[in-house]
Amino acid sequence: MFAYIVKRLLAGLVVVVLISMAVFALFWFGPESPARPVCESKTGGKCTEERLANFEESLGYNNPIYEEYGKYVKGVFVGRELTVGTQKIDCDAPCLGYSFKNNTLVWDDLVKRMPATVSVAAGGAFLYLALGIPIGVAAARRRGSLTDKVLVSTFLVVSSVPYYLFALLAWIYCTLVFEIPVLGSSGYTPFTDNPWKWATGLLLPWLCLGLFGCTQYTRYTRGAMVEALSEDYIRTAKAKGLPASTVVYRHGLRSALVPVVTVFGIDLGVLLAGTIFTEKIFEIQGIGLWGLNAVGAKDLQVVAATALFGAVVMVVSNLLVDLVYSVLDPRVRLS
Amino acid sequence: MTQTSTPSTRLDTDDFLVVENLTVEFPTPDGPVRAVNDLSYSVGLGQTLGIVGESGSGKSVSSMAVLGLHDMQRTKITGSIRVGGQEIIGLDESGMRKIRGNSAAMIFQDALAALHPFYRVGAQLAEAYVVHHPSASKRDARRKAIEMLDRVGIPQPDKRVDDFPHQFSGGMRQRAMIAMGLINDPSLLIADEPTTALDVTVQAQILDLLQDLQREFNSAVIIITHDLGVVAEMADEVLVMYAGRCVEYGACKELLTHPEMPYTWGLLSSIPDVTADTNARLIPIPGNPPSLLDPPSGCSFHPRCAHTDKVPGALCATTLPELLPGGRGTSHLKRCHLANPDEVFAREVLAEIAPDMVEETSDDRA
Ligand SMILES: Nc1ncnc2c1ncn2[C@@H]1O[C@H](COP(=O)(O)OP(=O)(O)O)[C@@H](O)[C@H]1O
Ligand SMILES: [Mg+2]
Repeated sequence: MFAYIVKRLLAGLVVVVLISMAVFALFWFGPESPARPVCESKTGGKCTEERLANFEESLGYNNPIYEEYGKYVKGVFVGRELTVGTQKIDCDAPCLGYSFKNNTLVWDDLVKRMPATVSVAAGGAFLYLALGIPIGVAAARRRGSLTDKVLVSTFLVVSSVPYYLFALLAWIYCTLVFEIPVLGSSGYTPFTDNPWKWATGLLLPWLCLGLFGCTQYTRYTRGAMVEALSEDYIRTAKAKGLPASTVVYRHGLRSALVPVVTVFGIDLGVLLAGTIFTEKIFEIQGIGLWGLNAVGAKDLQVVAATALFGAVVMVVSNLLVDLVYSVLDPRVRLS
Repeated sequence: MTQTSTPSTRLDTDDFLVVENLTVEFPTPDGPVRAVNDLSYSVGLGQTLGIVGESGSGKSVSSMAVLGLHDMQRTKITGSIRVGGQEIIGLDESGMRKIRGNSAAMIFQDALAALHPFYRVGAQLAEAYVVHHPSASKRDARRKAIEMLDRVGIPQPDKRVDDFPHQFSGGMRQRAMIAMGLINDPSLLIADEPTTALDVTVQAQILDLLQDLQREFNSAVIIITHDLGVVAEMADEVLVMYAGRCVEYGACKELLTHPEMPYTWGLLSSIPDVTADTNARLIPIPGNPPSLLDPPSGCSFHPRCAHTDKVPGALCATTLPELLPGGRGTSHLKRCHLANPDEVFAREVLAEIAPDMVEETSDDRA
């Protein structure tokens, strides 16, 4: 078990390193000089060829790529000193570079924005399961009935709308058209500032994520449940004289949860890596919006950091999924 | 050898399980499937009934009806099933639950699929106990589970009780299944092909175990199988099913030595171990079981029967034979138009599968 975790973490590290290399290569092989956006912004749009050359030199773009990558990696583990224009900045480990756009250290921004993204993700993920599983079970128990058909086709319609449109319409109707109290005033307040405002401000984003995402979970749960309920051991459970609810939940759902949990682990990783549309539409200053803005501003250090962060989250959530899987299914041996 | 030496309990009202005119029909998009058709039988305490027939003949469907395991919304069941005197057709779910696993239990083929893969064997046994003994503590249930595992011959039951089903061997899983079935000391045990998934030595051990347990618990047992060899070893009475109907019914030894229905002959011919005779030949029944959506007219077996030419007219194809006593007493029933089945059997069938038994049988008839 321990050896397995170590092995998986090493494999994950390889993935993260490869992704970091690919992202780093953007700095060098992109269509324009990576120093230009920095130069433009620092000189207020008066970026001459000479100034550009200065920036390239001071940002290290004239050095060989492996040397700069080495410095970057070293910065992540032990910190480094950054040169920004004429000033020198101490960047402690883990150093992910400097955002010329925000004039901040990238790591500090990441840490600052994490609570918002985690808040959005946690609520959304909770609703995925809290709505998806019970509805899926209900549909599976009544499969073929009118209820089942109505549920299945409603969710098919919902999930065929693009998510950004779904969330945008929800925002427009709740905020601009009907000015619904609570729902109409979405936005992020840190939990530690005011838990009530934190919850009410996130309610609409949570509902959007949850209602949209739960359709998929309804489908998974329904499918897995229909399959589980047709297994021989369900007949055995009935033949013991167990009540229907015990048969359905303790015997059926227990099995059906395994594939659902697997998908959930991956989805949770995706949410934690940043919910771009949700954060954009509801103006939540999380990691997704941060990354999106950085792409627009060509703030490469930030782009690299969000990509790396996403990679780490996915590696860890994949590992967690496997561990949970081995706990849920005693036949699985990790090796 | 004949019905007089084997007391028939079939019409005895004291029988623990009495099934009368049981019909089970599934409405399907292609039309109704009548998987069990007008089936009647009964089993007394301490008695074993063997139900035989090819796969798809309705053995499982009929026995699942006894525990009310069919989805009532998708199944039409008529007739009467009385378990310990209580009518269970039309019985509500909570009434049914009190019987299931308690006075009537069932064990299934393929214990690997029939046990839950995610729960420990002991927990599954304990669950079966607790549901009918709500006042039992967790420790009582566990002790009971260990006791039952020990009783069915699982070594080190106090350790194996915490294993998962996949950690057991095939034979041990089936033993655990049996232990689960017997944990509430049922008066009726239905074993649906309990040895089909096992190899021959394990199969023999499991059958021995079932016989021992039956003697100990004195329960009524139904053993479902497609193997007449299993029936010969286990059963007091035999019911042969074909396409949802009973086609022959009688005391075990009587029926196996003087079968009167060509389908039973076919089953006998298609098992290798009915005699140890090296001249014995294995002759499978030609053709396939009929579609239940569009069953054959007359006798369901007639399209596959080699003896229809011995029946005058086209009776076999036009008229369903009734289940009636043949030439060998009132307790041996058969559903066949043949007038002299014993003779045909000795002359045409026995001569093929066991030539040296022909003489013996003719003596017996004389
Ligand atoms: N729920 C169902 N719906 C439709 N047909 C069924 C259903 N269950 C069983 N059958 C059909 O009933 C017939 C008898 O099945 P079964 O009793 O399982 O046979 P066996 O004698 O092998 O145990 C088969 O043809 C099977 O396809
Ligand atoms: Mg069967």
